[in-house]
Amino acid sequence: MFKDLFHKKKYATIPSKNTKREIPEGLMNKCPKCGTIQYSKELEKNLKVCASCGHHFRLNAWERIQLILDEGKLEEFDARMVSEDPLEFPGYAAKLEQQKKNSGLLDGVVTGQGAISGFPVVIAVMSFDFFSGSMGSVVGEKITRAIETAMERELPLLIFSTSGGARMQESILSLMQMAKTSAALARFQSAGGLYISVLTDPTMGGVSASFAMLGDYNLAEPAALVGFAGRIVIEQTIRQKLPDNFQTAEFNMQHGQIDKVVHRKELKQMLTKLLDMHTVREDAVHGG
Amino acid sequence: MAGELQFEKPLNELRQKIDELKRFGQERGIDFSDEIARLEQRYKSLEDELYDELTPAQKMHLARHQQRPTSLDLIQHMFTDFIELHGDRLFADDLAIVGGLAKLNGVPVTVIGHQRGKDTKDNIARFFGSPHPEGFRKALRLMQQANKFNRPIITLIDTKGAYPGNTAEERGQSEAIARNLREMAIFGVPIICAVIGEGGSGGALALGVGNRVLMLENAIYSVISPNGAASILWKDASKADQAAEAMKITAKDLLEFGIIEEIVPEPQGGAHRDVAQQAESLKAAIWRHLQELLAMSPEELALDRYEKFRKIGAFSTLEEPQEETPGEAALETPQSING
Repeated sequence: MFKDLFHKKKYATIPSKNTKREIPEGLMNKCPKCGTIQYSKELEKNLKVCASCGHHFRLNAWERIQLILDEGKLEEFDARMVSEDPLEFPGYAAKLEQQKKNSGLLDGVVTGQGAISGFPVVIAVMSFDFFSGSMGSVVGEKITRAIETAMERELPLLIFSTSGGARMQESILSLMQMAKTSAALARFQSAGGLYISVLTDPTMGGVSASFAMLGDYNLAEPAALVGFAGRIVIEQTIRQKLPDNFQTAEFNMQHGQIDKVVHRKELKQMLTKLLDMHTVREDAVHGG
Repeated sequence: MAGELQFEKPLNELRQKIDELKRFGQERGIDFSDEIARLEQRYKSLEDELYDELTPAQKMHLARHQQRPTSLDLIQHMFTDFIELHGDRLFADDLAIVGGLAKLNGVPVTVIGHQRGKDTKDNIARFFGSPHPEGFRKALRLMQQANKFNRPIITLIDTKGAYPGNTAEERGQSEAIARNLREMAIFGVPIICAVIGEGGSGGALALGVGNRVLMLENAIYSVISPNGAASILWKDASKADQAAEAMKITAKDLLEFGIIEEIVPEPQGGAHRDVAQQAESLKAAIWRHLQELLAMSPEELALDRYEKFRKIGAFSTLEEPQEETPGEAALETPQSING
C-alpha cells in the first residue's frame, strides 16, 4: 500500500553492547525503558523521572522523604530496630548484613512524623533497595507502630509502598505481619483516621495484599507494577503471554483498584490537596 | 496401596509380605502363626518409628495427600444442619471456598473453608482450592452476616494459596485478601480457625485471623509454598523438601512461635486414615475453645484477636552508636520474640 512508504525502515536496530562501558560510573544514567542516556544530575533535578519517556526511576526511602516532606525533615521513629533470624534460616543473617551495607538502612522501611505543605503527618516509606522491600517482622512492626502513633496523635497517615512481598526467610512470622498491619489499620480507620496509600514501583504480594491496598485513597506512580502474584507465575498458570501493561498502575486503575495515577512532579501537590480536603476549618464550621 | 507416599513404601512392603505368608499358610495348611505374630510386631514398631518422627517434608506430603479430608468432608462429620450459601453478591460464586450456616453441638455458627476437589473434574471446577477475589469476598460476606447475627465463625484452612491468574489480578486479588484481614480483625464474634491441610500464604491467612488458630498435627502453614520458596531461593522447585525443612512450617514449629494455640492430633498415618475420628477430635478442640470465647463480650473478643496478632514478630533494637568508637559493633538487646 501507498502509506507503507512512510512506515519504519525494514531493518532492525541492534543496540550496541558497548554502551554500558561508555558511561562513567555515577555520572550518567541510562533509562531502562527508552535507553536514553542522561546526566545523573539532570535526572535528579527532574525528580528521577526520565526527561525523554517519563519513566519513573525507583526512589529509596530517604530520596522519597526529601521529595515529599517539607524541608525533607523527619522525626524518625524506631530508627534502630533490626531484624533477627528467628528461623535460623540458611544464609539469612549474612544476607541481612549485606543488605544493610548496600542500602545504608537497617531494614526496609523508614517511619516518622513530618509535614507536607504545613500539614503534619505520620509517614512510612519503604525502600526497595533493602532486601527488595520485603516485609519481615521489622517492617511489619514499624508500620504497625506508625499506624498506632498516627492514631494517638490524631494525624493523617501516609504509607509509600514498594516491595517484592513478604520476606521468605522469616516464613510464618512475615506472613503474620500482613494480619498485624491490617488489624492496626482496622482500628485506625474505624476511628476516623485518614490513610493515604501511595503505591510505587513495584508493590507486590504480601504488601499489596495488606496495608498497601487499604488506603482510604490509593494513589500510584505512573507505570508502577502493582499486583499479588508475579507475572512469571501467572504466565505459567494460564500458559499465555500477558500484555505489556499487565499489573501497571494504569491497568489497576482501569480495573478499579486504584483511585488515581499521579506523576511524581504532581505528587506532593496532590497529597496537599487531599490533606486540605480533610481539614475542618473552624470558620467554615461556625459559618464565619 | 492407593495413595501410598514414597516414605511409606517399606511399611507397605512388609504388609504385603505378611499377607502373602498368611495366604501361603492357608493354602498349604501350614501354621505360620509364630512367624506372622513376629512380623506383625515388627510392622507395628516400624509404623511407630515412621509416623512418630515425621520430617517436615513428610508432613507436607501428608498434608497434600489426595485422600486427605477436605473442608466439606469434615463439615459433614462435625456439624449438623449445614446449609451451604453461595456467591459474593458482586461477581460470582467461587467454588474454591465453601461456606454457610451449620450447628455445632446445637449452636448455630457460620462455617467457611477452602475446598479442594475430590477428583480432576472437581478440582478444575474448584481451581484446586485456590480462591479468586470472589471467593474471599464470599467469605467476607458470610462473616459479616455472622457478625450481624452474633454467630461464631469457624474457618477451615486448606489451600496452596490464592489463585495466581490474570482474572484474579484484574478483579483485585490483593484488595480482596487485604480487606478480609482488616475486617476480620474487628468482628465482635468468636472466630476459630483450623488449618486442616496446607495453609499457603495470603490465600490461607485471608480466612485465618482468628481468636484461636488450631492446626492438625500434619498440617503445614507458611508464607509461600515450599516449592515456590525453593524456586526463588535456589532456582530449583524440586528442592521443596529442603525448603520445607528450612521454613519451619509444621504445627509444632508454629506452636513454638506462638502463632497457633493448639495442635490437634491426627490418627496414625494421617487424617485420611480415619476421617470420622479426625473430625471428632477437631470438633472437640473447637468446641472447647468456643466455650471459652462465648463467655467474652464483643469488645473483649476484638481486643483478644488484636492482641494475638499484635505481638507477633521477632526484632531487636540496636543501642545508639557511641560517637567515639564508630567501628565497634553496637550491642543488641533482644526486645521481643513473639511478645
